[in-house]
Amino acid sequence: MKKVLVLSGKGGTGKTTVACALIEFSKSRAFADCDVDAPNLHLVCGFEKEPETNEFIGSKKAVIDSKKCTFCGICKSNCRFDAIKADKTKYVIDEYNCEGCGVCRLVCPNGAVTMCDDVAGETMLYKENRVFSTAKLKMGRGNSGKLVTEVKKNLFTNVDLKQNTLAVIDGSPGIGCPVIASSSGIDLALIVAEPSVSGISDMERIVKVLKGFNVRVTLCINKADVSTEQTEKIKAFCENQSIDYLGEIPYDKAVARAVNSGKSIAQTDCAAARAIYKIYERMEEILGVQK
Amino acid sequence: MKFSPKYIRAFTVTEDTEVNVAVLSGKGGTGKTFVSVNLACVVKNSVYIDCDVEEPNGHLFLKPQNVTTEDVCVLLPEADLEKCTGCRKCVDFCMFNALAFVKNKPYKFKEVCHGCGGCKIVCDSRAIYEKAYPVGVIQKGKHKDVTVVSGIMNTGEESGVPIIKKLMDKLGNGVNVIDCPPGSACTVKESIEKADYCIIVAEPTIFGVHNFLMVYELVTLLGKPCGVIINKDDNSDNPMVQLCEKYNIPLLMKIGYREDVAKSNAEGCIASEKYSEVKEIFDGLYRKLLSEVRS
Repeated sequence: MKKVLVLSGKGGTGKTTVACALIEFSKSRAFADCDVDAPNLHLVCGFEKEPETNEFIGSKKAVIDSKKCTFCGICKSNCRFDAIKADKTKYVIDEYNCEGCGVCRLVCPNGAVTMCDDVAGETMLYKENRVFSTAKLKMGRGNSGKLVTEVKKNLFTNVDLKQNTLAVIDGSPGIGCPVIASSSGIDLALIVAEPSVSGISDMERIVKVLKGFNVRVTLCINKADVSTEQTEKIKAFCENQSIDYLGEIPYDKAVARAVNSGKSIAQTDCAAARAIYKIYERMEEILGVQK
Repeated sequence: MKFSPKYIRAFTVTEDTEVNVAVLSGKGGTGKTFVSVNLACVVKNSVYIDCDVEEPNGHLFLKPQNVTTEDVCVLLPEADLEKCTGCRKCVDFCMFNALAFVKNKPYKFKEVCHGCGGCKIVCDSRAIYEKAYPVGVIQKGKHKDVTVVSGIMNTGEESGVPIIKKLMDKLGNGVNVIDCPPGSACTVKESIEKADYCIIVAEPTIFGVHNFLMVYELVTLLGKPCGVIINKDDNSDNPMVQLCEKYNIPLLMKIGYREDVAKSNAEGCIASEKYSEVKEIFDGLYRKLLSEVRS
């Protein structure tokens, strides 16, 4: 199974729209949404039944027993994450700031602190004739890298990896831990770039991060006609960096219409869909997969 | 999803009041930087703070002059091998599995170390000391009368949170416009911690609606008053408008999609400095923020 990860650096370039179209064109039966902070793929890759859901335990969080707390303040002075707040004559933990390090438990002279499992999100697994793994991180939480790893594990343990087909992973924006966790073990990364000064700056940073992984980097330009000048700059960058340039997609109002009706653009006949199909064909050549 | 908007406290803003306006979105690419940069440009002596430290963009438009740079470091543990007795208390303590004994020497997995200092505390032989590791920089400069403060995370680092915490020390005495990262995870929470008001920038697609709900939940849980800007509006039936009505969220304004503005944005131009109609839009937004907000 060849694993393709769709990334961008910049948010809003069209990762989910492109990923969903690739899934349709390749008739992929294995896909995942690793944008655990703001997952969207499930909105356009329709499944009939409800998924199997499981709680995701992120890390531990500290809990202070108010009956044992003597308000000595030793925990607060040792907490590096500003996670201990005074509440009248007791200290309480700020669950958003607490990183679960256990230092407060270590230093508390009264044994008032315990470390408890924190449910930081939920994983969802859709298994019909296709397998789709996704998740949602609880608001304000860290642990996104760990949850991404769980999403990938749920996908790959439920499919036949020996089949010569495509697994498509919709990634997240940025370059931090969820992107890093998504990128390991991937065969090909497709960067969906936006032809703008912001888009180029962000693209350069994600390319830099990907160089640290043993993954073939390819790129396509979405909404290419918004700026031909910036589009040409991106093409030149790809040549310079030995990145496979797979093609460009025009700005197309049909995309928003399709997305808003919960459909993949692969199900419509529009300029953007035709352009993504060409990109998919070039990707197939590189990977050598079958439908 | 059921949750009720918290009481929105009243506040009055003038140009001399310190007020922190955070601009966030949930979904990426809705126009946070577009709104933040242009809002900062219409407010005299404002401070623009870029908390999207993984992919900072504001400086590409504002092109700040006289830029100073400061490193942002985290303290990570190091072991003095001569003092280490191999007791492994540090390894046993670490909740993140960031320490291991390799060939009888303590080894640190930098990527998962949170820098909590716990291993240093448990070590009976005082073999652990701490060293500053750079994780990014903060750059400060000026664009006309706007102070531009950008946090930039080093590529390869896992989390921008330490840089965002440092950025919160750079808030000025007047109007601070905080350009937030996308999503609703820990980096966003850190960026809106000191916000007095949150502007949520939404786009008129179901992706936008879906991600909006998540970030709205975060904002209300933290007790922040907020309002919505619908960007790239195309005058079609807009799921976001119905949502604002349903949850009684103030809809500050709709900004219509314009190809010429999109193109100029793509080239790195500040739209309110190029198009007088856009300047008027942002003057109007600022006037809205200046008036009292009540629930």
